[in-house]
Amino acid sequence: MTIADSAPRPGPRPGRAELLQRTPSQTIGPYFGFALPWADGEYVVPDGTRDAIRLTGRVTDGAGAAIPDALIEIWQAGPDGHFDHPDDPERASGFRGFGRCPTDGDGRFEFVTVKPGRVPGPDRVRQAPHVEVSVFARGLLKRLVTRIYFEDEAEANAEDPILDLVVDPAARATLIASRTADGYRFDIRLQGDGETVFFDF
Amino acid sequence: MALTLENGIYRPDDQPIDPPYDFPAYVGSRLRHPNRPLVLIPQTLTELTGPLLGDGRVTEGDSDLTTQHDGEPLGERIIVHGRVVDSDGRPVRDTLVEVWQANAAGRYRHDVDRHPAPLDPNFSGVGRCLTDDEGRYRFVTVKPGAYPWKNSNNAWRPAHIHFSLFGNAFPQRLVTQMYFPGDPLFGQDPIFNSIPDPKGRERLISALDMDATVPEWALAFHWDIVLRGREATPFETKER
Repeated sequence: MTIADSAPRPGPRPGRAELLQRTPSQTIGPYFGFALPWADGEYVVPDGTRDAIRLTGRVTDGAGAAIPDALIEIWQAGPDGHFDHPDDPERASGFRGFGRCPTDGDGRFEFVTVKPGRVPGPDRVRQAPHVEVSVFARGLLKRLVTRIYFEDEAEANAEDPILDLVVDPAARATLIASRTADGYRFDIRLQGDGETVFFDF
Repeated sequence: MALTLENGIYRPDDQPIDPPYDFPAYVGSRLRHPNRPLVLIPQTLTELTGPLLGDGRVTEGDSDLTTQHDGEPLGERIIVHGRVVDSDGRPVRDTLVEVWQANAAGRYRHDVDRHPAPLDPNFSGVGRCLTDDEGRYRFVTVKPGAYPWKNSNNAWRPAHIHFSLFGNAFPQRLVTQMYFPGDPLFGQDPIFNSIPDPKGRERLISALDMDATVPEWALAFHWDIVLRGREATPFETKER
């Protein structure tokens, strides 16, 4: 299924003469590091939270080199599979669900969070636990979006409607985080061998 | 799940609005653009929600970049203001707007900026605010300088202010740059020119706003920001 299948062609709302054109994206550039990182940015939950996990990874380019000037943002449901947002009918009040971490000199990022639950999906099929990721960097003229799934959720992953759209097993494997001693690891390759699958929506 | 008209998906673009990932004139993009096409996915609850930040993220004074130190920064004092709306023209309220910029000499307060122009001890170049009920934002700052960069021989960035916005949900997230009218450097800047449609480029240029100018004190520039709007149709469908 694609957006085009599920929705009519974009067009004006009834009674609206014309839509405003969206403001285009521009690169975040190399100089956001003194402005956008927050002291608590990587803590989706406070350190020491019960069942907290460390979500780590490394961002590399088409030559396999570390990207030291990327900003990674994550958005996820809480353990109950819901979001603290008014458009979630079963709103999970109080769960921030958001993290922001600049990569270090070796391209690495790290979040402290909890594993999300299964999230409602299209046609009453539940989605597997996943974390939505935005990648911003110098050299990226607009953000890239991907998803982190978890290797120890094989059963849920097998029936996930989004993973289902990624047919090639090697490509699909780029979306699965591997277990570590204290959480999961998810590397992001912007280009070339093992290139991460990125989404449009 | 309850479906209402307001639960429509965020509208896909019907023409290219953003720059492409692969834009060779911008050298930094060459090893950082994916080679494979993006996979189109339906908007699920994950995409139809998003972080609603703000409380505790903005303090009084964060929107005035000229009063964050003991003295006043050097440069041309300006007001930058406008509205954040969606493509239906509806205000995007209480949303976090973050800005960062070079000082009047074209230098960022960032370790990797090696441009031999002076830092200003009275200017950090970082601001934040929340939009009001009409979607309005307003910053007081100084006009940033142009600066050279290593993209190609003797390349210079037009003066710009970086903007980061969250909007109401994940699809409205936007990082972009605001430019100033009549900048003679537009023609040679690959980042500005990466936007395919000339009308799209114009959307990034602020307008001198004499009505918002404070006489004897600061010029004003007006810049409205349009985030993705929402279809009036439910996002869930029966068939798949």
